[in-house]
Amino acid sequence: MQNDTLNHILITVGVLAGLLIVAPGLIWLERRLLALWQDRYGPNRAGPFGLMVVLADTLKLFFKEDWIPPFADKKVFVIAPAIVVITVLLSFVVIPFAPGVIVADLNIGLLFFLAMSSMGAYSIILGGWASNNKYALLGAMRGAAQLISYEVFMGLSLMGVVLMSGSFSLHKIVEAQQGMWFVVPQFLGFVIFLIAGIAETHRLPFDIPEAESELVAGFHSEYSGMKFGMFFVGEYLGVMLISCMVTCLFFGGWLGPGFLPPVVWFIIKMFAFIFLFILLRASLPRPRYDQLMEFGWKILLPLTLVNLMVTATWLLYHEQNSVGH
Amino acid sequence: MQATFYIASAVAVLATIMVITRYNMIHALLYLVISFLAVAIVFFILGAPFVAALEVIVYAGAIVVLIIFAIMMLNLKEEAVEQERIWFSGNTWIGPGVLSVILLGELIYILVSSASPEVSSRVIDARDVGLSLYGPYIIGVELCGLLLMSGIVGAYHLGRQKKKVVHRFLEQTDEWKQ
Repeated sequence: MQNDTLNHILITVGVLAGLLIVAPGLIWLERRLLALWQDRYGPNRAGPFGLMVVLADTLKLFFKEDWIPPFADKKVFVIAPAIVVITVLLSFVVIPFAPGVIVADLNIGLLFFLAMSSMGAYSIILGGWASNNKYALLGAMRGAAQLISYEVFMGLSLMGVVLMSGSFSLHKIVEAQQGMWFVVPQFLGFVIFLIAGIAETHRLPFDIPEAESELVAGFHSEYSGMKFGMFFVGEYLGVMLISCMVTCLFFGGWLGPGFLPPVVWFIIKMFAFIFLFILLRASLPRPRYDQLMEFGWKILLPLTLVNLMVTATWLLYHEQNSVGH
Repeated sequence: MQATFYIASAVAVLATIMVITRYNMIHALLYLVISFLAVAIVFFILGAPFVAALEVIVYAGAIVVLIIFAIMMLNLKEEAVEQERIWFSGNTWIGPGVLSVILLGELIYILVSSASPEVSSRVIDARDVGLSLYGPYIIGVELCGLLLMSGIVGAYHLGRQKKKVVHRFLEQTDEWKQ
């Protein structure tokens, strides 16, 4: 019992430390990869491969003046950046990195993830509202509309996976993929989840809440110093979270040939999706706001519903057949 | 478990009181979110994890976001806070206060007179909720569906716009010519 508790604490601390180390590292990774795809060097001076640029960036953020505009709503202004980091970090609680390496195996794991991602919308809305600035408010409104709409498809696209595995627990969902990864029978669900996931983390091409060519910096125009850093880290944590979720739900989580330990398989798959996120940023232009909304409600929603219906019918048909035999 | 239940309930009650007494509407709504989260924890402790998750997703995550969205569009400034302050003073408290005290009395009476409330230790998961929704309560589900459908049709009607073929700038110049 004592050993179990110690083990659990170690896992929790390990996951937290791992996330907080890798998330700033992604800044470096993103800048190097973008540079590679755009035929330039990127940060390559400080330290080996320019890795120290992460340290320099962080130090810079810490030493910047932490300025709260006099016209802002101070309390809400301070809370907003914390919300995004808290909700994303809490979402990692339900992700199984390997058999047994999970902070809390909730039997409503998937719903917990959806709940936390919908709470994350508050950080954008409140940050934009509290800044008391036109651009920030516009960014916040766009963000709120985008996040609420894409949450709908995000939740619905996962229901196919839930139907096939018969559980909301991520641990059980991964175990249900022993025979075949869910990306094959649920390919439509995978594509829709990936698109909705990019929209949820408001990464390019769906970074409309912060579209810098139109809105200065969108909802975080007024933020500086470590408060801005929180939004920044929150975004990278979000990228990691969506990559982890895709890995768990559609690509078999830790499952893989036996020559590598399960955790390594998980990390390889996770980084493959992080690379995909960055490649999308490097290659796709930003759609207009109304185009994004139209795409969501007129294309993704019907597709998700069809996917759900076909999956349910298929499963019901099979179940009846197996009962008949 | 008992302690967590009482802490969550206390937070819910306090947050709800704060919702009523705040002058700033966004602050009130933030307390409402906290109240919903506390209620979700209460549900979880009572053995209804599915309902707890839905409470957070639907109420805290979607409905309150939409209310905040609407309030942000109204762009209420200090005058609105002042207006609230005026409304909240003095006599406005008497009516709701008296009614609430009556309800509180009834609640205490029920709590004292009835035997220990029966809390089933069984966990109610998504399967149970689904079976009861589409079994005994199917008529309620259907009626909710109808209500939501009429809401969507109404919203569509309100938001409908005439399709413009001409660009708005060209249209203006046309008017100017006439």
